[in-house]
Amino acid sequence: MSNEDPSLSFRPVRLSLRGIQKAFGANIVLDGINLDVREGEVVALLGENGAGKSTLSSIISGLHHPDKGEMLWESHPYAPDTPGDALRSGIALIHQEMKLVPDLSIAENMFIGRIPMRHGRVDRAAMVRRAEVHLKALGLNVSPARMVRGLSIAAQQQVEIAKALTLGARLLILDEPTAALGMAETDNLFAQIRRLRSEGVSFIYVSHRLEEIAQICDRITVLRDGNLVATHESASVPVNVLLRDMVGRSIDRIFPPVSDPGEEEVLRVENLTSASDDFRNINFSVKAGEVFGIAGIVGAGRTELVRAIAGIDPIRDGQVLLEGDILQPDNVGEAIRRGIVLVPEDRKSQGVLLDQSIADNLALGNYDRLAPNGWLPPSKIGHFAKDLIQRLGVKGDPEQKTRALSGGNQQKVVIARWLAREPKVFILDEPTRGIDMGARAAIYELIARLAANRMAVIVVSSDLEEVLGLSHRVMVLAGGRQMGILPRNGANSVNIMEMATA
Amino acid sequence: MSNRSSVTDPAATSTGISSPPSTYRDRKSFLSGAQGPLIGLFLLIMGFSFCSSAFFTLRNGLNIIDQSTILGILALGMTGVIIIGGIDLSVGSVLALSIMVLGWLPQDFGVPFWLALPLSILVGGLCGLVNGLLVTRAKLPAFIATLTMMSVARGLANITTDGQQVVGYPEWFTGLATERYLGVLTVTVGLFIVLATAAWVFLKFRATGRSLYAIGGSVEVARLAGIQVGKLTILVYVASGLLAGIASAVMAARLDSSQPSSGLGYELDAIAAVVIGGASLSGGIGSIAGTVTGVFIIGVLHNGLNLVGISPFIQQVVIGIAIAVAVTFDTLRRRS
Repeated sequence: MSNEDPSLSFRPVRLSLRGIQKAFGANIVLDGINLDVREGEVVALLGENGAGKSTLSSIISGLHHPDKGEMLWESHPYAPDTPGDALRSGIALIHQEMKLVPDLSIAENMFIGRIPMRHGRVDRAAMVRRAEVHLKALGLNVSPARMVRGLSIAAQQQVEIAKALTLGARLLILDEPTAALGMAETDNLFAQIRRLRSEGVSFIYVSHRLEEIAQICDRITVLRDGNLVATHESASVPVNVLLRDMVGRSIDRIFPPVSDPGEEEVLRVENLTSASDDFRNINFSVKAGEVFGIAGIVGAGRTELVRAIAGIDPIRDGQVLLEGDILQPDNVGEAIRRGIVLVPEDRKSQGVLLDQSIADNLALGNYDRLAPNGWLPPSKIGHFAKDLIQRLGVKGDPEQKTRALSGGNQQKVVIARWLAREPKVFILDEPTRGIDMGARAAIYELIARLAANRMAVIVVSSDLEEVLGLSHRVMVLAGGRQMGILPRNGANSVNIMEMATA
Repeated sequence: MSNRSSVTDPAATSTGISSPPSTYRDRKSFLSGAQGPLIGLFLLIMGFSFCSSAFFTLRNGLNIIDQSTILGILALGMTGVIIIGGIDLSVGSVLALSIMVLGWLPQDFGVPFWLALPLSILVGGLCGLVNGLLVTRAKLPAFIATLTMMSVARGLANITTDGQQVVGYPEWFTGLATERYLGVLTVTVGLFIVLATAAWVFLKFRATGRSLYAIGGSVEVARLAGIQVGKLTILVYVASGLLAGIASAVMAARLDSSQPSSGLGYELDAIAAVVIGGASLSGGIGSIAGTVTGVFIIGVLHNGLNLVGISPFIQQVVIGIAIAVAVTFDTLRRRS
């Protein structure tokens, strides 16, 4: 489906970057980037975290200014001072995290800063009418008068795109647009991208997700350490070639071998039903040393299920047994003491205290062990942290603020915190979300080590390859129902997706 | 997988456990986080010493300390509240209620004074408990919950004696605030030192104290790490209320009377002291050393400006500016 138009390469170049260079302090983040984007084409910008994708997007959209190099936009020199300048020229950046005002209506958000006026008053009718046209075209069936608060991420993204289009954008930069989308939402987004492309809109598509890029992009540009390392004129490039481009070495096998699980059952979930009806009648058990995967699309109830098991959310019915003993529900402290720990899906808001030190973050959750009689001097935290940092290879100093760490290292901090407790059940919800390829491998190694240490491991992931590569068995959820449990050798992405979307 | 394995691990020792990096010393230092405000306090003292010969004397120094105890005790409680990301607007009114209960119980009910004293402090704790329950159970924002209590406690303080003041406390009691032991220390100042030290040790060396910083950093992260957020939140507001009760006793001893209008606006002074001391109103950051410094910055400003002969109206302007300057410097320092 990509490159279906043979005349693509003869289309006029819309945006042209020549020798773009950018450094933050001594750190060169972009080193002489050349890139062309033609009319009506989708160019993928691929690379690990820190490769320079975001900086490049920011430069094109006027958030940062290049130190060297020049840009041409529709054959004219282009040097936006602010994102406003870029927008006026016709270039819009759609952020990974939506930047809409929650308590204003969709229409107001779309026309913010240029709200239509009549007789000195806001012309609500005109605003709503114009918003509606664009929303309908994008297939979003909500009233423009509705508040943004409570809209799904996918809908908010569509509002952002509609907003950019009302501004006459001819180049949209999408930064990890599918990071928080489910399958159907992703498909819809792709359909919209294809439609807009046929209307001549150009896209720069920033993503980690290789399968998606193959689906939607016409050309692929790979960045590594601030250098443009490869440009593939067709999107049908083998995945391992792209991976090699990204990390600079060839990756044959990302997933470490996981040893066979033991016999004794550690965790048993019986008839578990959520208090808020997110999942119903879930039954499964996990053995010592087993990695149990949970797959499903967004909204299937996976996160809610593991949160209930870890005592974070209340249940209506059923029970969780740890080594045969019933676990008190809705009591996270009890679950942790008994040996069930959870690495949450949203690291930044649930996993780490961004403004506190690595040491404090590691000590968190271990107070009972570090300070059996309540005394917890800073030196004790420091020694404890140093040891864990070394053991897990966290790249940071105990006193460093956690905010300064990369996503992968932040995730290691959360894992290390719980590892120190030597838990019996280790649950990881989306363990590699927002983490670059190199760091992912390290997280996979850690997960394999947990299993090798006879813990019962549960991995929830939207990344099917990840669930399949790590787990001994995979449970599939759909709409809060348990669709089945597949053994590793009987599971593949096709039958899982069939169950997940049934 | 022992927690302390690094201590005995030769590899770890060789990487620097034997000689901790300077960052560790930072962490252990009494003043960590309070250096900025401390420099400000030092500059103020220098400035006033230069402007007024009466400023830099033992007598005046003791004066400043005496005058700062009430605000200081309130600010200790406020530090805990602000660290967990809350706010307590009720401490001034709770102080007034406690001080009225202290005068009213003996006067109208013949309750012996030695019993009225702890009861009045408990009334403060009770107000704090209500604040804590409103925040954790009724899920009111702390601002609203304590604004409610600010109004209710002030009203109750007036109701006790129908707005009348109570005068005359036992001599031993007023002596606590006036008699100097060892030539310098009144019992009330000693009490403040003890309370401040206890609060400092609690926040710095107790696991529960560290938990407060975690709650302020992120309630959700703290909860998922097994910290009993609700219980500790209530505890912090109860402590703030109890400290307001204790501050009321200090005030009664100093003034030898109870007035229902006592402590008007003190909540804002206490918040100012904590913020000048480097705490963040969004929670997770703050220290007792900083707060005590902030209390003395306010105390020195009032005292020094008085000595220099600047009107109280201008003093308000100066203190307002001091807050802006302190917080601006702090923000700039953190950003760099």
